[in-house]
Amino acid sequence: MSSPLSVPYREREESVTLERLEAPLAGTEVEADAELLTINIGPHHPATHGVLRLLCTLEGEVVRDVVPLIGYVHTGIEKSCEDQQYWKAITFVERMDYLAYYFNAYAFCAAVERLLDEEVPPRAQYLRVIHMELNRIASHLFWLGTAALDLGAISMLWWSLRDRDMILDLFEMSGGQRLHTRYFQVGGVIEDIPPGFERKTRDFTANMRTRIGQYEALLDENQIFVERLHEVGIVPHERLKDLGVSGPLLRATGDSWDLRKAMPYCSYEHFDFRIPVGTVGDHYDRYRVRIAEMRESMRIVEQALDGLPEGPFITDNRKVALPPRHELATSMEALIYHFKLVTEGFRVPPGEVYEAIESPRGELGCFVVADGSSKPARVHMRDPSFINLQSLHDMAQDDLIADLIASIAMLDPILGGIDR
Amino acid sequence: MSSPLAAVSSAAEVSSPGPLWVQLVKAVVIFALVLQLAPTLVWLERRLLGRFQSRLGPNRVGPAGLLQPVADVIKLVSKESSTPTTAVPWMMAIAPVISIGTAVLTLAIIPFGAPGAYGGEFALAGIDVSIGILYFLAFGSLAFYGLLLGGWASGSKYSFLGSMRAAAQLVSYEVAIGLSLLGVAIAAGSLSLVDIVAAQDKVWFVVPQVVGFLIFLVAGFAEAARPPFDLPEADAELVAGYNTEFGGMRFGTFFLAEYLEIIVISAVAAAVFLGGWHGPGPEFLGPTWMFLKMAVLVLLFIWVRATVPRLRYDQLMSLGWKILLPLATLNVLVTATLVVLL
Repeated sequence: MSSPLSVPYREREESVTLERLEAPLAGTEVEADAELLTINIGPHHPATHGVLRLLCTLEGEVVRDVVPLIGYVHTGIEKSCEDQQYWKAITFVERMDYLAYYFNAYAFCAAVERLLDEEVPPRAQYLRVIHMELNRIASHLFWLGTAALDLGAISMLWWSLRDRDMILDLFEMSGGQRLHTRYFQVGGVIEDIPPGFERKTRDFTANMRTRIGQYEALLDENQIFVERLHEVGIVPHERLKDLGVSGPLLRATGDSWDLRKAMPYCSYEHFDFRIPVGTVGDHYDRYRVRIAEMRESMRIVEQALDGLPEGPFITDNRKVALPPRHELATSMEALIYHFKLVTEGFRVPPGEVYEAIESPRGELGCFVVADGSSKPARVHMRDPSFINLQSLHDMAQDDLIADLIASIAMLDPILGGIDR
Repeated sequence: MSSPLAAVSSAAEVSSPGPLWVQLVKAVVIFALVLQLAPTLVWLERRLLGRFQSRLGPNRVGPAGLLQPVADVIKLVSKESSTPTTAVPWMMAIAPVISIGTAVLTLAIIPFGAPGAYGGEFALAGIDVSIGILYFLAFGSLAFYGLLLGGWASGSKYSFLGSMRAAAQLVSYEVAIGLSLLGVAIAAGSLSLVDIVAAQDKVWFVVPQVVGFLIFLVAGFAEAARPPFDLPEADAELVAGYNTEFGGMRFGTFFLAEYLEIIVISAVAAAVFLGGWHGPGPEFLGPTWMFLKMAVLVLLFIWVRATVPRLRYDQLMSLGWKILLPLATLNVLVTATLVVLL
């Protein structure tokens, strides 16, 4: 098929294949020359989670074809990173997948650390794990609220955002910002956690456990909700793997592929947690997997708080990390390092590296090419939303419009990550 | 109990509408009082949804936000009513009028008190017609023309899909709602709402007709296009469904019509199943009981909206045809058999 944009969509309307009509959805049998309706869902539509545009071919209420068109929030972040020193590019990459900013920052920092061959102190690794897992809960909470809203359960949005706000309060406490905190640095984190952070985090996880139970009571025991999700949008495991889909979508089919277990990074091997998997891979499994992941994330956070090692929170390699503020007044060397870092940044030896981590949406990879200067020659993110969006066609074809909306919700695409 | 056929044929025996000045007073009171209920209900729903969703809801305009609907109406009136180039303008103009007109007209038959509760021999209803239930069903069906015409005439694909859904929903649930009321009509031996309420002086029809009551409630939610049956609007799927292209007070009219429809459904359910004006205390308290019963049902509408997700189109159809319709038919058959045998 040629690019959907190169052909006027009125013509495309007639060229849509109807071969699947031989086995139509039960109860929707129509003649082969039935009228098709082309409809644009998005880019400004309440259910497209941003500016996703779906070119849908409908036959009555049944979706016969759906083509996602993207690029409406393309901001050129990857290209912009080439103009920034490494430590300034962190701010840029955080803004790709705007619900999983700690993951973006970690993938980039870890890639640069690998190029620099820089050791990250254990305390910093644990702090990173705490923040990433809190971020995973926040991201899943946002997904839960918007997905339930798309299915018509409006109250869930406010309840899950209320809990997400408690996580954002924690982020504000440690990093000074609620969104895009830029807390992760190359070599560690920017500051140690303040007093009271640990207690507040434990309060949150204790509170969140009961809240998740309440949400399950509201949603799982609602016949309408379960029937809307049960056995809808099934894509076979093989097909998902062919498309490169990862994350909760893949795990819902029973594949326990999770990079935290498969290729542990950031001391994830120290923690005892399970990988929730589904059975058939329908929307209901996707929902259950994400709910269970929130519970596991809370376990990881608690274990990390229990075993939080003492020690520095950032590497003491002055060529990479800024010296402590108090040294600037007494040490000439510290002043020089500070000046070099702030003006030129640090130089990274030539090489290229691909660092993959498990973001809330799947495998988030960061590919960095260094040319020996203080700015990256190329930064590319393998964003899971972008890859996962490919499965939308398989999920939604020959289902009703309402199922298409449910599919978008369960896909959990973040347009900032897709377009970058 | 007299034969139901005899009661229906003696249609002339409805209570007198009263002299002309009484009719005028009744018209003004119903219009003034019940039409004020619609904005109040909008306010109540927004406040309660706020509470359900752990937020405040509108609380800035007037005491406790009570003037919020007034502010909304002022805003809507001052907005331009835009018409897409593909639309049929005159149909777009009359569609909201049909919606609100039918809802207001249905209010005319709701009995708020016993005949003669305030002296005189006239019914405390706008009009007491011998075909009350048919009147309600007829205007309930006509109300969907507003949705249908509005959606179809806007010339937008989303509106078109919304009005198609409205048509399907109407066909599916009109039958069930009619059959659920038929059981009561047989038991009361009359189609007049005043007679039906009067027949409940010993036991409310919700007790013998509990199946009919549940079917009426479910179908009533569909009739008012309220969650979980708000498919004609389905904001997550069809943007705003049939009223996507409506702006300004035309949208406002649709909006108020939806809330009036809730009041009408609650009022009919209160009158037909919950004993209408019957309650402890002297007879002149009748309207109070009626409004209390309506309020309980209205709160149910709001509560359900805050709780349940939306049904899918095919689930809506199978619920209507495979569950409600057979149940309602069975209910009518059982009621008819019992009435004949006893």
